[in-house]
Amino acid sequence: MSVYVWIESYAGRANPSSWEALAAATKLAEDLGSDVTALVFGENARAIAGDAGQFGAANAYICNDEAVNEYRLEAYAQLMTDLVKQQQPVFVLAAGSSRGRELLASSAVDTESGLIADATDLRLEKGKILATRPAYAGKVSMEMTSNSSTTFVTVRARAFQAPPKDANATVSLEEIQTALTMKDITVAAESFADAVADVNLTDAAIIVSGGRGMANNPKQVPSDQGAVDPNVWKAKDGFENTLRPLATVLGAALGASRAAVDAGYIPYEHQVGQTGKVVNPDLYIACGISGAIQHQAGMRGSKVIVAINKDAEAPIFKLARYGIVGDLYEVVPALTAALQRRLGS
Amino acid sequence: MHVVSFTRSTPDTAAKVWVDEEGQVTWGDVASVVNPWDEYSLEETIVQAKNCTGEATVIAIGPDIHDDALKHSIAMGIANALRIDEPNADIRDSLVWSALAAGAIRKLGNVELVIFGKESVDVATDQHTYQLARRLGWTMLSYVSNIIALDPDTGTIRVEQMLEQGKRVLSARLPAVISVMKGINEPRYPNFLGIRKAAKAEIPVWSAADMGVELPVAATAILAYHNPPVRDVATEIIAGKDSAEKAAILAERLFEEKIL
Repeated sequence: MSVYVWIESYAGRANPSSWEALAAATKLAEDLGSDVTALVFGENARAIAGDAGQFGAANAYICNDEAVNEYRLEAYAQLMTDLVKQQQPVFVLAAGSSRGRELLASSAVDTESGLIADATDLRLEKGKILATRPAYAGKVSMEMTSNSSTTFVTVRARAFQAPPKDANATVSLEEIQTALTMKDITVAAESFADAVADVNLTDAAIIVSGGRGMANNPKQVPSDQGAVDPNVWKAKDGFENTLRPLATVLGAALGASRAAVDAGYIPYEHQVGQTGKVVNPDLYIACGISGAIQHQAGMRGSKVIVAINKDAEAPIFKLARYGIVGDLYEVVPALTAALQRRLGS
Repeated sequence: MHVVSFTRSTPDTAAKVWVDEEGQVTWGDVASVVNPWDEYSLEETIVQAKNCTGEATVIAIGPDIHDDALKHSIAMGIANALRIDEPNADIRDSLVWSALAAGAIRKLGNVELVIFGKESVDVATDQHTYQLARRLGWTMLSYVSNIIALDPDTGTIRVEQMLEQGKRVLSARLPAVISVMKGINEPRYPNFLGIRKAAKAEIPVWSAADMGVELPVAATAILAYHNPPVRDVATEIIAGKDSAEKAAILAERLFEEKIL
């Protein structure tokens, strides 16, 4: 009857979104009169399982065999599938990260189980799971259920609140072995380049985003820049020297509209919207973004939206709690300075 | 080398999508287009098949609305198109969808690479891609931002993968299923000849029985669609004599309302 939750980790540290998944698992387990079992694979599994205990897991399966010492889909899916087949948990949850999505989908099909991806709400009604999740890129939502004996669920980042930590709580650990060895792994990881740490949009509590309006930078292109597109230079400069300082003061992630990404103002990793990331921060500051439907689909779940735009008619103002009609290149530096004064004191 | 891409028709990205009084999802009179993520996978399918002097096929699963996406794919330059239609199957369940997809790949026989776009905007998920790979027992390479090398002679593929934590280079053996990110290429626009070819194309339709697929039981069911809660915001347009004053008032509000 147990509820499983996969605690994702990277370089020996848990992904904080996994604690949100653990919170969702705890809620389901309480309704079932059961408890939560954490699955922790890879480097530092024992210590991470201890943390899972402090966040509310009663049990943990840990494995740090060579084949799972770092994340490998084949090995992780095999280990999860074997556990699910033996133990038949009612639910298997994980954070809806890149890895959570592929791992749970793989194990779900291995066991012919239902999968609900990207849940924003979960509840049990007469023993049936009812889940809410986005559809049509977040333009509408759907209500789903699953009738298989085990149901896999990935949860949307920031949809569930991480549980409080109890430093005295302990977890009952069981070490398990994977049936796979390195010889069975067909995918070889050759190299890894760390991402710039500030990009993590889906976990961010505050996002500062720029759009097409970033090209209205009053700075002139320096003469030593050669033949560059002046709009691209101005917008890039604006993201680095106007938006980034505001993001730094707020501890925010830097986002962008599709228009800004497609124009080459900022890399794709920063895109918020239908073909980028769907985000739901506490505060979203949209600078020089008109608010096309496809952008709104990606950010309308934000708790508070602030819009800064020259055009008083821009649709983004309809979503915004606060709006400033004005030139972002005047407003944003002034806002950065004002916040610095407040936060500094 | 036979490269296959799966696609589907979805509402235009700029379309307003809502739930009507009957509880059905609609986007009014706005046209359906190829799933926006698939523009990249279709382009990559054309390029990779051409580089290996191989064959390219595009497949859609579902009713004839998906012919729009298939015709767009033909117009872009994919030679073969195929639709799978099984009225008894609930293809919204990914176990069912992936069983049909695997049946098509097996029936085609000589496929070595399947390329997906990152996700489908209608179902808002990518689970069907991983489940197809798993059903076939093939290598899965997700979130690919660059195919560095594809060598049909040695049966190997090297890709760059884009994850939250950074970029990894992975190498693997074919056959493989990959999903590609925006930015992997610049999708082409269909040209006049392509559009004419697409208009004349007869798209074969296969059923589950044609492929010898025994349908699994759908494990999930969609109970209802809902419009998102209306954002009940009273917008305050901040007034002030200049930008500095407006910014100072905004900062004040963010603290007053405990947003910061």
